[in-house]
Amino acid sequence: MASEPHITVERWTRASVVAATLALAVAALLALGPLVLGANAIDKLTTLFIYVILAATWNALAGYGGLVSIGQQAFFGLGAYAAVRLADAGMSVYPALVLAALLVGLVAWPLALFMLRLRGGEFAIGMWVVAELAHLLVNLDGLVQGETGTSLIVLNAYAADARHAFNYWISLGSMVAILGILFVLLRGRAGTAIQAIRDNEDAAASVGVKVAATKRAVFIIAAFGTALAGALWLATAITFQPKTYFSVEWTAYMIFMVLVGGLGTFEGAILGAVIFFVIEALFGAAGVWYLVGLGATALVFALFLSRGLWGTFATRFDIHLLPVGYRLVIGRRAPAHPSDVAVPER
Amino acid sequence: MLWLNQILQGVLLGGYYALIACGLSFMFGVMRVINLAHGSLAVLAAYALFVLADQYGLSPFVGLIFVLPAMALIGWLLQRLVLDRSARGGLLVPVLSTFGLSIVIDNLLFQRFGADTRSLAPFLDSLSYDSWAINDDIYVGQLAALTFATAVVLIGGLQLFMSRTPLGRAIRATAEDPDTVGLVGINARRVNAAATAIAMVTVGIAGAFLAMRATFDPYAGGPQLIFAFEAAVIGGAGSLWGTLIGGIVLGVAQSLGSQISPQGFLIAGHAVFLAVLFARLMTGGLGFRLRLRTASGH
Repeated sequence: MASEPHITVERWTRASVVAATLALAVAALLALGPLVLGANAIDKLTTLFIYVILAATWNALAGYGGLVSIGQQAFFGLGAYAAVRLADAGMSVYPALVLAALLVGLVAWPLALFMLRLRGGEFAIGMWVVAELAHLLVNLDGLVQGETGTSLIVLNAYAADARHAFNYWISLGSMVAILGILFVLLRGRAGTAIQAIRDNEDAAASVGVKVAATKRAVFIIAAFGTALAGALWLATAITFQPKTYFSVEWTAYMIFMVLVGGLGTFEGAILGAVIFFVIEALFGAAGVWYLVGLGATALVFALFLSRGLWGTFATRFDIHLLPVGYRLVIGRRAPAHPSDVAVPER
Repeated sequence: MLWLNQILQGVLLGGYYALIACGLSFMFGVMRVINLAHGSLAVLAAYALFVLADQYGLSPFVGLIFVLPAMALIGWLLQRLVLDRSARGGLLVPVLSTFGLSIVIDNLLFQRFGADTRSLAPFLDSLSYDSWAINDDIYVGQLAALTFATAVVLIGGLQLFMSRTPLGRAIRATAEDPDTVGLVGINARRVNAAATAIAMVTVGIAGAFLAMRATFDPYAGGPQLIFAFEAAVIGGAGSLWGTLIGGIVLGVAQSLGSQISPQGFLIAGHAVFLAVLFARLMTGGLGFRLRLRTASGH
């Protein structure tokens, strides 16, 4: 290293180009699902897509934004509720699902103005209070009839097979769209900004990062994504019972998926959703012990493996499949241990 | 007269909220940790008292002799095994780890005791329903009055303890600057463990009153955590006397809300919490401030 080392900033690597291409290919293949798969498999995959949306949006909020919310079920429930309301008002059901999520995103804006001024644990429980209040207010609606709930009856207009296929496609489309939005956002200026805020808000502000606006954007996108997941869940379950949709268990699931997969890694959230999906399929029937296991696993990961499975793996082997961050490569060829700089993924 | 009665009952209810909130407020003030398992631990203590009463015929007040030391031990372990390690991972890891812990506690309780709601009221003889008549319309329940008195004594005691005892001073010093206290011979880890143990004793007392004055079930921890949090924030967390005021404001709001509609009890409580939060943000003073040092420092 006598001469000046050649330094380049690397974003796409060969591995990540291959991975991204593969991801798109998988998405395209999945689109054929209803044409080749049985009803059961379609329903299962639909559930998985919704889990991925939940994990990815909570990860954007907590992992990238440092905003751990225990009240995301507020948006999940409101998304479903808004869909019920829009459908009741006569709107065509599938557009209603998306519009419902957009409306909830809109509601999240004023909410962000003051919730985001809370820090750390205060924000976490403050959001839970918001969720409780949203639950109680929805219960007051005559259409919902309190905890009795209501149904998305208009879905009966579709034959069962068509309904399952539509649910599958709209869930798949939503998942791809949300992941796409998050990918572009996190790769770009906003992504760098939000991670700088997470790591040190004051320092970020001092170098010109628009702290409030960036946090608000992530909060609103997370609210939108979670609401979309809630509306999609309604389309698969048809019945809307406030207690189920506004349950803090949803947030527990999100936390589990993201902690196990890898908090603050784009790939980790997806991996976590897949793992949760498999665990639920295997042990979901175990009821209470299953929940004890989820809680204990989340606890252990938080304490001992806070980078999650993907975070640990990616650091160990220096593999980044979906290049959200920046890598500094010193020398013409990548050295044995290139260091991630600028925006290290956690 | 009806409204006056509601306000009075709300104030008394506020005593219970102050009880459950003071441990949360204390832990935030000392370690800047919000323990999301707070409510679940109160419910755990309630079940312990229930078992002692149901199986061994111990009055809840006698049961506390066994449960409070156990809660202190749990607090010590909680700090040593979970919070110490979490705190090193930054602000958010304690939130995640204690949330995981609360899920474990809630579901283990469910596994052991099932979905039935329980209460300690049957083990209290007439205390659970005895009351003093102020006039024809207004009655003060003896248990509610005892709860309120306990809250005042507990908070006053904690405040005295923090300002007058060596351990209290060590806790305040550690809250101020955990790194520097080591230089003057204070073991910050032990002090924090002691502080958590003390906080868990208050949680045990709160659990006892929760179980005596109402029913509880394995998943009652979440709502208790929320009420505690609301009372603490309304009062300005970290300030112990503020917690009492916060509890009273919350209790009165709920009591008046319940007069308006069945759902009004909870809605009014949450609404007041958000309104106070909003007002505080608008006037620039953020809710949570470390006040232990100023509140007790003369």
